[in-house]
Amino acid sequence: MEYRNIQTICPFCGCGCAINLEVVDGKVVGVLPVVDHPVNQGSLCIKGWNAHSFVHHEDRLKVPLIRENGEFREASWEEAIKLVAKNLEGIKKKFGSDAIGVLASAKCTNEENYLLQKFTRSVIGTNNIDHCARL
Amino acid sequence: MIEEIRTQVAKQLQKLDGIVGLRQTNQGTGPFLFRDGDDLNQLVLEPRYPLPVVLSKLQKQFRDANFGIVARGCDVRALVEMTKRLQIDSDRLYLIGFTCSAEQAKMCYCADPFPAIEQWPKAEMIGESVTGVQPNPLVEKFKTMSWEDRRTFWHQQFQKCIKCYGCRDICPVCFCEACSLEDPQWVEPGLLAPEFPTFHLIKAIHMTTRCVSCRQCELACPSEIPLTVLYDLIREDVSNLIGYIPGADLEAAPPLSLTLSDAPMKSDLV
Repeated sequence: MEYRNIQTICPFCGCGCAINLEVVDGKVVGVLPVVDHPVNQGSLCIKGWNAHSFVHHEDRLKVPLIRENGEFREASWEEAIKLVAKNLEGIKKKFGSDAIGVLASAKCTNEENYLLQKFTRSVIGTNNIDHCARL
Repeated sequence: MIEEIRTQVAKQLQKLDGIVGLRQTNQGTGPFLFRDGDDLNQLVLEPRYPLPVVLSKLQKQFRDANFGIVARGCDVRALVEMTKRLQIDSDRLYLIGFTCSAEQAKMCYCADPFPAIEQWPKAEMIGESVTGVQPNPLVEKFKTMSWEDRRTFWHQQFQKCIKCYGCRDICPVCFCEACSLEDPQWVEPGLLAPEFPTFHLIKAIHMTTRCVSCRQCELACPSEIPLTVLYDLIREDVSNLIGYIPGADLEAAPPLSLTLSDAPMKSDLV
């Protein structure tokens, strides 16, 4: 029997509202706005109020899946990353860097998104990068 | 006062399964279920969080547990209305009531910044009552305004609504599983600001005989709509017309739920 709140930042837009994730016995069950935080001062938008809903969602992927003959099979991270790297390299060689586009995620940290744009521009060599939370 | 509360919490924790309070660590402040052996120096009283909502959630999940709560005046008023509507089981609850600081009470324009615990089976009270709190000047001003001016005022205010549902989510007496505000029959999905005046008046009607004036909705509103002005005026009307004051009396039946007294909140009756 355990109930506590973990203070974190809302994973959606770039506003950076502080949220308390309500945790009951290790499971995230709800969100409360952080009342004394200078950014949101106790308020949230509808996305922030529901920021916990994807955490334990049954549709959420837990392991990498590789599609073979139209069917998905579970794979190790090692194998999945190797496959992606090989295919990206192949496309870049055959069609050029601008044939590749990258979509970043609102669920990542700033640092992870920074890394992704760095990877896109310096490794892949294109400016085709965008973000669903570019509000 | 805080030391006295910590001592009482420590004492009660030997008998109870846990006590809902506010915990402050270097990672931030938030509601917490204190259990026997936890560091009670982390127990604090401010800022205000909707602790009754947390308690209700825990009582529903842990059906056999006996919990306590460190509650201020508005929390106890909310617990009264929640108990009557079967969202709180008062038999499994121990109340540790405390008075708000004068600053907190003044900020909230609170007429009752101390809990009325006499009617609760298991409860104790810490602190002296605060006096000299002025009523909300906006409520007073409203009483002198014409109907036309009031309508214009609310039209402007509700125009700011971003439909975050925060006022509902944080409200201790908003607990219906199926919410009218999510029913497309009443509220058109995707429309911002929500249609005037239905969205906010549906909420206001549902607050009638329920709102305990804790102001959580107003503080959670990103658009700073003075919702409690509306609800306070309704509270006053309900009090004058039928003599019911939400949160005041654990025994008084809620006037709008009388027909449900045999089986309150049963889905086939609502």
